[in-house]
Amino acid sequence: MNALVKDPQITWIDVGADTDIPRRGARRLKGPQGEIAIFRTGDGQVFALLDACPHKGGPLSQGIVHGASVTCPLHGRVIDLATGESMGADAGKGCAPVVPLEVREGRLFIGLVRT
Amino acid sequence: MTKQRLVVIGNGMAGCRAVEEVLKRDPDRYEITIFGTEPRVNYDRIMLSPVLAGEKAFADIVLNDEAWYRDHAITLHTGCAVAEIDREAWLVRASNGTQAAYDRLILATGSDPVRLPLPGADLAGVVTFRDLDDVEAMVAAADAGGEAVVIGGGLLGLEAAYGLARRGMRATVVHLMDVLMERQLDESAGFLLRSALTDRGVETVLGAQSEAILGENGKVTGLQLKDGRIIPCSLLVMAVGIRPNTSLAANCGLNVGRGVVVDDQMRTSDPAVFAIGECAEHRGVAYGLVAPIWEMCRTLADVLTGVDDCAYGGSVLQTRLKVSGVDVFSAGRFSGGEGCEDVVFRDAGRGVYKRVVLEQGRVAGAVLFGDVIDGGWYFDLMKSQTDVSDLRETLIFGQAVTEALRGVDPKSAVAAMADYQEICGCNGVCKGAITTAIADLGLATLEDVRAHTKASASCGSCTPLVEKLLAVTLGDAFQVQTGPKPVCGCTHHGHEVVRKRIVSEGLKSIPAVMQALEWATPEGCASCRPALNYYLICAWPGDYQDDKQSRFVNERVHANIQKDGTYSVVPRMWGGMTSPQELRAIADAADKFAIPAVKVTGGQRIDLLGVKKDDLPAVWADLNAAGMVSGHAYAKGLRTVKTCVGTDWCRFGTQDSTGLGVRLEKLMWGSWAPAKVKLAVSGCPRNCAEATCKDIGVVCVDSGFEIHIGGAAGLHIQGTQLLTKVASEDEAVWTICAITQLYREEGWYLERIYKWMARVGLETIRAQVEDLETRKALYDRFAYSQRFSRTDPWAERVAGRHADEFNPLSRRLEFEPA
Repeated sequence: MNALVKDPQITWIDVGADTDIPRRGARRLKGPQGEIAIFRTGDGQVFALLDACPHKGGPLSQGIVHGASVTCPLHGRVIDLATGESMGADAGKGCAPVVPLEVREGRLFIGLVRT
Repeated sequence: MTKQRLVVIGNGMAGCRAVEEVLKRDPDRYEITIFGTEPRVNYDRIMLSPVLAGEKAFADIVLNDEAWYRDHAITLHTGCAVAEIDREAWLVRASNGTQAAYDRLILATGSDPVRLPLPGADLAGVVTFRDLDDVEAMVAAADAGGEAVVIGGGLLGLEAAYGLARRGMRATVVHLMDVLMERQLDESAGFLLRSALTDRGVETVLGAQSEAILGENGKVTGLQLKDGRIIPCSLLVMAVGIRPNTSLAANCGLNVGRGVVVDDQMRTSDPAVFAIGECAEHRGVAYGLVAPIWEMCRTLADVLTGVDDCAYGGSVLQTRLKVSGVDVFSAGRFSGGEGCEDVVFRDAGRGVYKRVVLEQGRVAGAVLFGDVIDGGWYFDLMKSQTDVSDLRETLIFGQAVTEALRGVDPKSAVAAMADYQEICGCNGVCKGAITTAIADLGLATLEDVRAHTKASASCGSCTPLVEKLLAVTLGDAFQVQTGPKPVCGCTHHGHEVVRKRIVSEGLKSIPAVMQALEWATPEGCASCRPALNYYLICAWPGDYQDDKQSRFVNERVHANIQKDGTYSVVPRMWGGMTSPQELRAIADAADKFAIPAVKVTGGQRIDLLGVKKDDLPAVWADLNAAGMVSGHAYAKGLRTVKTCVGTDWCRFGTQDSTGLGVRLEKLMWGSWAPAKVKLAVSGCPRNCAEATCKDIGVVCVDSGFEIHIGGAAGLHIQGTQLLTKVASEDEAVWTICAITQLYREEGWYLERIYKWMARVGLETIRAQVEDLETRKALYDRFAYSQRFSRTDPWAERVAGRHADEFNPLSRRLEFEPA
């Protein structure tokens, strides 16, 4: 992910360094469509989702990150960080929208889509 | 296209299952409204018996939680009885004025328990066994101990009596017939059942007709039989059968017999109105078991979603008793009759009795006692009308023997089942649903299958079948689980093994534990990580580095997350004591940070609700400045020590209960534990601090201090048990710290003290804390651990620790102006 997608509809904004996000943790960020959660897994991958669980809107950024998934702190729904989809027994029951995120030279870029 | 309106009267197993089946077929077709008279969501009524017996909690038997109704945009009116169906206006009206128009109406009103019109039937303490309120009434009565009489020796009556006996009552079943469960069992099985019940503390009186219920001061005191005998009791349960609830249907002119009469499409005499479940009568039969309900719901859902050629053809029934350790199965014409032959097997040593009834070379019925593993096999042979003449010699020894002798792999029968055949009767799960889940989701264990499909998650009698299915689907990859329940899906080890090996092998980090115990996932999950983190903290105080990313959010941010993502803040008030200065600081903080709600808690604290996460450190700073520290209201650890005012103020106080409470809290605060720990100290046996429903409670008496443990007042309610009595306050403190340490070292993560006590036994705990050397060793280990725990987590964070946690990434995302 070294070249940012060249799409005139997307504005890429530098929001910080990947190391600003704790491993197996998350940070929050205010976005135009609500809070965004940026996650970093144990092996250093980063993901961004809208910070609202599809179940009852719980703040996913506050959950426990395990593997490439997070468990919502309110009622324990497990969400796939890559797709935002509910997992396990809740599979198919809604997803948290994925927010475009790219890493370039250790910097995190969030993509804002003009609509 | 506008949606059609589907209204369901009845929020029970039939009503909700019908809706589930409809949604499965066509999620967008109907706008759905459900009326239920019980003030709660839908639960598994057949599992009320284990709830009564204390083997399951209500939460374990909920079938559809609130999220389900919301996720499917179902309007649910709970505690709302429908008073009238207006078929002219296509409308139902509830007694509270709520009304709903329908295009299609489903009656799933279930049945009412029959109340015998005996003299005294309206006395307090006379109950039926139908819903959770009945169970709660029985549990409350059982807590007072004494004697219970159950009228009715059928399935429900026996389960009620067993549950009451489990809860410590002397239970007697009074049955009109000479055989228990005579509609399901023959005399031999009935006899074995009767002695098995006697072993479990349930007496039975057969051939007994009830004459009158006796009472005093409006309360039941006994049951008088026709022959003059009187059986004393403080609780009387009528379990003599059910009557379909048809009044709504009858009042609006629908055709009603014993139940609401329906055709093979579940349609009543009004083509827009359907009836299912226990309220329905189909081909002259009103069913009272769960399996036919599932079949009716599937047919109804087909009808409602436009499937043409569907029909319900009636059900063949099987019965199982849910009394722990007493396995009973019955199906079909179990008692034989003209033209039938019996094949019988008995094993006195094992207490096994099996009888298979054959008619013209086919299984016509079976009754099994003590060994019911082949019940499902006989039932399938019966339903499919398979010719079993060839199997006759070995039939009674069961499927495994029969097929092994014939050179058939015992798993092949499961493999040969059709996908639509039902495996789990409790939850209506078919073979296809399970095999699909195993394949698609990569399930490997019984627990996985339970979690994802609910199969075998209720009564568990289909567990062998589900295991065979796993074996067939996975081949050699499947290994039957034996021994204790694993911590979670990441490991096959139970909590006990994990705790022991952490200590014996000197494992000092989460990755070290996962490596040594061969965790199946790279970094665990949200269930095992907090457990391991706690076990390590407990095992290596001062040495282990707490992993905050393995903490549940509340313990990571030292506040309680609320439904809207804000937090609640509870400052510590030692022993429940506070001061004008502290109250002023709390009021000032509430004003300054616009905290929307301030509430007094049950543990004698003040709760500030609705604090934004980013404000937490600043709120804490203000509270710290007034001398207050974290109340740990969020912790799996010591919460509160509740006290009464004792000898300081009270004219009845026998000891300084407030002083002892404050001393305990100052010594024990900050300690982590497997689950929350709540204490209370009452200054006299009037017990104003409610010490006897706490994890650990002290009741002061003139001669010293009674120390009680194992109370609970949450999902589960139970009083404490007296552990020991000591003469001095110092001894009370040492003993309580020793109990806490023992629990910290032995408890399984999330296991409250009362559950730990039930698992290891009160006597075991008593033996350790009454042995002075052991008590001292435990106290010393607790005191050592506390050297690292009694620091205020709020003050640390006010000083800047984990500052990232409370600050969002600073940049605000906005488009540059064009």
